[in-house]
Amino acid sequence: MGFGESEMTDSLSLSFAADEMALRAALGQVREYLANSGFPECFLGSVELVLAEAVNNVIEHAYADRPEGQIDLHLEKRDAVVVITIEDEGVQMPGGRAPEGRQHDLDVEVEDLPEGGFGWFLIRSLTDRLDFSRIGSRNRLCIHMRADRAVS
Amino acid sequence: MELTHKDVNGTRLIEANGARLDAAVAIRFKDEMRVLTGDGPERIVLDMKNVEFLDSSGLGAVVAAMKQAAPARRLELAGLTPTVRKVFGLTRMDTVFTIHDSAEAVLKADHVQAS
Repeated sequence: MGFGESEMTDSLSLSFAADEMALRAALGQVREYLANSGFPECFLGSVELVLAEAVNNVIEHAYADRPEGQIDLHLEKRDAVVVITIEDEGVQMPGGRAPEGRQHDLDVEVEDLPEGGFGWFLIRSLTDRLDFSRIGSRNRLCIHMRADRAVS
Repeated sequence: MELTHKDVNGTRLIEANGARLDAAVAIRFKDEMRVLTGDGPERIVLDMKNVEFLDSSGLGAVVAAMKQAAPARRLELAGLTPTVRKVFGLTRMDTVFTIHDSAEAVLKADHVQAS
């Protein structure tokens, strides 16, 4: 069924180790799941990018001192909206909230161009809603993405 | 991320052969690019037609490759796939790099210029 059609709420749950190769495998499963649900290729690319950025942040920051950490990912289809929840048991986000993510000033000399700090800007550019919460010892990031506004 | 290269008409063409330029391979990519851009022609074109996915770590590595090649050499890009193009567009890095449709287009333009 296409993503625009009315259908029962459906979901995908994955748990994986906080490392980059496990993340690759999880992204492959998410992509396959969404492709089988009829979502367009450009949306698949956006979801994959947002998930990669969000989970890489967990691996690099929340679990910086805990390579054995686990990440729980839950994805739910609600018609044209995909709601993604990412949970970890790492250290809390600084300030207890998700960073704003600003556009870098690129009008600089080549040697001063930024090599990082694009992650939250990309996440916020591609999502419709983003909620971060700390529940006990767990971080929960909840993201809403609309397939019909996918930035191409 | 395997990189292959050849020099054509004073341009070094580097082809990225991996489908993903992400956090798992970004540092290795940057190191390999340092070797391939450290000698040879002043103009370097990185052909990214095989790269289906690039995240912010991959983007950072491409920027780093440009910075480590400068000022003696300049890095241009070719063959960006849709998701890769999206990352360059959103971050406006597409305004920093010279981006060609394909490596073939680069060589063809050089040929026309030469004749």
